Amino acid sequence: MLRQPLTRALALSSPSRVAPLAARRFADQVQAQPDKVEVFIDDKPVYVPPGTTVLQAAAEVGVEIPRFCYHERLAVAGNCRMCLVEVEKSPKPVAACAMPVMKGMRVKTNSDLTRKAREGVMEFLLVNHPLDCPICDQGGECDLQDQSMAFGSDRSRFTDIHFSGKRAVEDKDVGPLIKTIMTRCIHCTRCIRFASEVAGIDDLGTTGRGTDMQVGTYVEKMFLSELSGNVIDLCPVGALTSKPYSFAARPWETRRIDSVDVLDPLGSNIVVATRTNEVLRILPRTNEEINEEWLSDKSRFACDGLKRQRLVTPMVKDSRGNLTPVEWEDAIVAAARALRDCPSDKLLAVAGDLADAESLVALKDFVNRLGSENTCTEQFFPAEGSGTDLRSSYLLNTKIANVEGADFVLLIGTNVRFEAPLLNARIRKAFIHKETDVALIGPKVDLTYDYTHVGDSASLVKDLATGTSSNEILKRLESAKRPVVILGADQLKTEEGAALLAYTQELALRLQDNLQDKEWKVLNVLQRTASQVAALDIGYRPGVGAALAAGPRVVYLLGADSGIVTREALPKDAVVIYQGHHGDAGASIADIVLPGAAYTEKRATYVNAEGRAQQTLVAVTPPGLAREDWKIIRALSEVAGAGLPYDTLDEVRERLNQVSPALVAYGDVQPNNYFAQARALAKSLQKPVSGKLDVQLKQLEDYFMTDAISRASPTMAKCVQAVLKQKTAPY
Amino acid sequence: MLSSLRSGVQFLWRVPSRALQTTSTLQHDSLFVHRDTLEDNSSIPFEFSPANQKRVDALLAIYPEGHKRGAMIPLLDLAQRQNGGWLPISAMHKVAEVLNLPRMRVYEVATFYTMFIRRPIGKYHVQVCTTTPCWLRGSDVVLNAIKEATGCEVGGNSPCGKFSISEVECLGACVNAPMIQVNDDYYEDLTVEDTKEIIDKLKKDEKPMPGPRSGRFASEPLGGLTSLTEEPTGPGFGLQDALKS
Repeated sequence: MLRQPLTRALALSSPSRVAPLAARRFADQVQAQPDKVEVFIDDKPVYVPPGTTVLQAAAEVGVEIPRFCYHERLAVAGNCRMCLVEVEKSPKPVAACAMPVMKGMRVKTNSDLTRKAREGVMEFLLVNHPLDCPICDQGGECDLQDQSMAFGSDRSRFTDIHFSGKRAVEDKDVGPLIKTIMTRCIHCTRCIRFASEVAGIDDLGTTGRGTDMQVGTYVEKMFLSELSGNVIDLCPVGALTSKPYSFAARPWETRRIDSVDVLDPLGSNIVVATRTNEVLRILPRTNEEINEEWLSDKSRFACDGLKRQRLVTPMVKDSRGNLTPVEWEDAIVAAARALRDCPSDKLLAVAGDLADAESLVALKDFVNRLGSENTCTEQFFPAEGSGTDLRSSYLLNTKIANVEGADFVLLIGTNVRFEAPLLNARIRKAFIHKETDVALIGPKVDLTYDYTHVGDSASLVKDLATGTSSNEILKRLESAKRPVVILGADQLKTEEGAALLAYTQELALRLQDNLQDKEWKVLNVLQRTASQVAALDIGYRPGVGAALAAGPRVVYLLGADSGIVTREALPKDAVVIYQGHHGDAGASIADIVLPGAAYTEKRATYVNAEGRAQQTLVAVTPPGLAREDWKIIRALSEVAGAGLPYDTLDEVRERLNQVSPALVAYGDVQPNNYFAQARALAKSLQKPVSGKLDVQLKQLEDYFMTDAISRASPTMAKCVQAVLKQKTAPY
Repeated sequence: MLSSLRSGVQFLWRVPSRALQTTSTLQHDSLFVHRDTLEDNSSIPFEFSPANQKRVDALLAIYPEGHKRGAMIPLLDLAQRQNGGWLPISAMHKVAEVLNLPRMRVYEVATFYTMFIRRPIGKYHVQVCTTTPCWLRGSDVVLNAIKEATGCEVGGNSPCGKFSISEVECLGACVNAPMIQVNDDYYEDLTVEDTKEIIDKLKKDEKPMPGPRSGRFASEPLGGLTSLTEEPTGPGFGLQDALKS
C-alpha cells in the first residue's frame, strides 16, 4: 500500500525533495554521486543534481524566486503561479517550483517576461483578496503584502467592484487556536498539505471549484491536532492567524528574543515576541536537529499561562496558617532558619519539571553544604544496575534528527505523539517518505500513522530481548539496518521499571551489536520533562519515594508541581519551602514561598532529551518581586551560613562545566557510549515481568495541560474544552 | 463667500456620497460547505444495496492495490444513483470507508464535480441547456414551458417533489438545439409542445421517447443531405495523368 499518492511519491523520490534528508549521511551508506547538470540562472552557472527544481537551483546561487504555495518541507503543489520565470527557448513562462532543471537550461529570473508574468499573477491574486491590511493580523509579516510591494503593479485596474464584487467566503470555526478569515485565502493549500503530510490529520481540504473553491473542512469540524499552530506560520496571507494573539500587536512593535521551549522534553527552539515586558507570542525558530521549523501547540500557545497564577512576592505562613506576603528578607531568613535547624538527614530537596540546570546545581551544592545528599527529582528512574551513572541509559541516543533515517521504530510504553510531538512528526516523516515501519508495545493510541500493535504486556519486551519471542516483530527488528527502540520514561515508575529498562537495554544492545553501521545507536529513553536530563547529569537522585518515606523535616521544592510530594506524605511538622514561578500544586502545600522566574525570564540552561544543552535568554523581567532561581538559592545559602562559591552566572556555569562539560556545550550533543557496560550491569536485573504498560497521555485532551505553565493557560483550557466538544460532534 | 459656495455645492452631492457602497452578491447555486438538514445529515445511515455491493466489488477490482482511490468517482456515482439522484453526506462517508480514505478527500471530489448533487432533488432532474446555440434556438421558451408545467423554479424542486430543474452549460448536443437532459436521457430539437408532452409523460411516470423530436435520427440535416450527395469517388481521383499507370 502506498503511503502517499503516486504523484507525490514520484515527486518526493527526486533528490531535490529529500534534500534535508539526503544531507544526513550514515556510515554504511555509500551515496552514489549523480552526474550534476549545469544550468544558468541569470547567466550565473550552477551545478545541481538532476531532479532539482529551477527554484532550488536559483536558491543555490542566491536568487530568491517569489512563491506562495511552494514550501520546502511540503510536497510541491504548483498552484499559485507566483514563481513563473522565463526559460530560454520555452514558449511560455514556467513554474519554477515544479519544473525540474534540464541540462544547459538558461533561466531568466528578472527578465521583462518574468516580471510581467509575476505582475499578472499578483494582479489576479489581488482581485480576489480583500484590501483589509489595516485590520489584518498578518500585516507586516504577510508574504502577499511584501511580494505585491516587490513584484506587483503600481496601480490597480480593478473595476469589478462595480459589477460582480469581490469574492467573499464564510469563515470556518477550526478551534480555539486558529482564527480564520477565509476571504483572504489565496488557495496556496499549504495548510492542507501540512495537515495531511506532517500533522497526519486529514481534515482540511478544498471544496468546490473555480471561483467558488474554498479551503476548509466542508463539515463543521475543528482542526484539532497537537501541531495545528504551524499552519498559522505557513499561511502566506492573513487567512489563518493566531486566535489568542489576534489584534494584540504588529510584528514591528515586538522585540524578538531567541529562546528554548521547556514544555516538552525536546527543547524546541523558539522566538519569544515581547512588548512592554509581556510575552505576546511564541514562534518556532528553525533548528534542523530538533524541531525543523515546527512547534507543538502547547509550546506555542501556553505562553499566556506565564501571566496568570504567578507568584509575585515572597510569602510565609502566618500564625493562622495563611500564606502572607512578606519582604524577601523575612522569607529568606525564615527559610534559612528552617534549613539550619533541620538535621541534615531530614532535609530533602525536590526538583520539578521546569527547573533549569543553574538552579539545579546551585540547590544541590547548597544542600550538600548543609550536609545532606537528599536531592531528588520528581520523575523516577531506576537506580539499580548502572542507574543514572551512565548517560546513555537515560537519553535519546539516536538523536531526534536521526530518527528520520531509521528503518524500523519500536516504541515501548510511550505515546510519542503527545509526550514529544515533534519527535512523532519525525517518525511520521520517516514512515511516509522512507517506508519506515513502526511497532508499539503499550496501550493502543492514535499516533497519526499506521503501526503494528504488538500488545501491551511488559513480558513482550522480555521475549524480544531474550530472543524467545515468536512475534514477527523480532525478525523485523533483527533484519533492520537502522532500528530504533524508544522506551517511555513513564514505564520506569513501576516496580518492574528496572527490569523493563534492563530488557530494553538488552534488546537494543543485541540489535546494535549486529549492525553494520557501528555509529548507529538503537537505545532511547524518552524523558517526560525538560529538567530531568540536566538533573540526572548533575547527580540528582530520581524519584522521591524513598526520601519521603524517611520522613523529612524540611522539604525544599524547586518548582516541584507534579503533585508527587503531598502534605499527606510528609510528617505533620515538616516545613515546605517552595521556590517556583506558578501557584500550583507545590505552592499550595508550602509554608514559605520564594517566587522564581519562568523560562522566558531568565538566562538559563536546559538539557533536552537527547542530552543537548541549550540556553534560554531573558525576554521579559520576572514579575513583581520574583527573582532568577539560582540567585535566590545563592542568597539563601549566604543567610543559612553555607555560602555558595559563585556570584555571577558565568561562575555558576563554570561550576556546571566542572560537573559535566556537556551541560555548557550549548547546541552540541555528545555521542554516548558505555552501552556495553550498562548492559552488563543490568544483566542481573532481568527478572520476569508481568505488568501491563500504560501511558499517561492517551488522547488529545490529555496533552494540553501537563505542567504549571500550561495548567495556568486559559488557551490550553479552551483547547481541552474544544477537544471534548468535538468528541460529541457528529463529524 | 467662496467657502459658503463650496458648502452649498457640497450639500448637493453629499447625499449620494454618503450612500453605502455595496456590490451585487455573486453566489454559486450550491453551497460548498455542508449544513446538516433533516434529509441530509451524518446520522442517516447509508449502505450499498446487495446488488450495488456487487458492483462496488467489481469496480474496486479494476484498480490495482494501492490505487483503489481511483474508484472514488464511480463509487460516488453508484451511491448517487442508489439514493435517487443525489448524494447525501452519509453516502460520502460510506465511500470513504470503502476506500479507506479520510472523509475530506471524498468531500473534495464530491464538491468539485457538478454532477454530484448534494441536496435532495426530485425523481426527474431536468437539466436545460441555455448556452448560446440552444439559447439562439429558443431554450428560453423551453425553460419557461418546463417551469410552467412543473411549477418548479431553476435550482429548486417542484411542489410535487418529482422534478428539479437546473440551468446548465453546453451538454454537447448543439446540432440538436434546443435540448434538455432528464436524468440520463437527452431530449433534443425541442419545441414547447414537445417539452410539455415530455413533462406530462414524466408526471405519469411513463418514459418519453429520448432523442431528437424533429423526426431526425441523429444530427443529420433535416431536409436530406445538402453536401456529399454524389457517390464517393474511387481511388486515384484527381491524380495527374503522368502518375497514372
